[in-house]
Amino acid sequence: MAELISWFHDFDAGVEAARAAGKPVLLDFSAAPM
Amino acid sequence: MNARFVPVRIHVKDHAAEFQRLGGIFDARWTPTTLVVDPSSSERHRIEGFLPKDDFASQLELGLAKAAFGRGGFDEAERSFEAIVRKYPRTDAAPEAQYWAGVARYKRTQDPQALAETARRFREQYADSTWAKKASVWG
Repeated sequence: MAELISWFHDFDAGVEAARAAGKPVLLDFSAAPM
Repeated sequence: MNARFVPVRIHVKDHAAEFQRLGGIFDARWTPTTLVVDPSSSERHRIEGFLPKDDFASQLELGLAKAAFGRGGFDEAERSFEAIVRKYPRTDAAPEAQYWAGVARYKRTQDPQALAETARRFREQYADSTWAKKASVWG
């Protein structure tokens, strides 16, 4: 089963969350259907 | 994915303004482009274009290992790079990980033997890779 991913769509909010969690950001530039 | 990264997706059409802004900052002009970025916004790894599942997974692991290396976690980075070689031996990530495992070991121990040993490994494994050429200067 495909893993469900909870995406941010606001980079700055993602960076804040990454800082709080001590994790890197996976920044995906995509043209795939959402 | 969420356990190891904070995933941020910027869609070329649905988030056009953000795509324009961040595409400029990170020089992302094509999709898919996937970056591993540390919390200080420094890019640690870049994947451009589509990859099959195992290749993509190995590249994500490479990004995590490089992020650990980037913050000076050389022990964690070395273990992560070695795990990539074991887990994804047939991917392009494997020879790159073997190279960086040697660098991380050298950074951790300051022992030049770590680099010489990595060069020796490349004579046995991934000898035709670009990374073997890069390591050849070590011994």
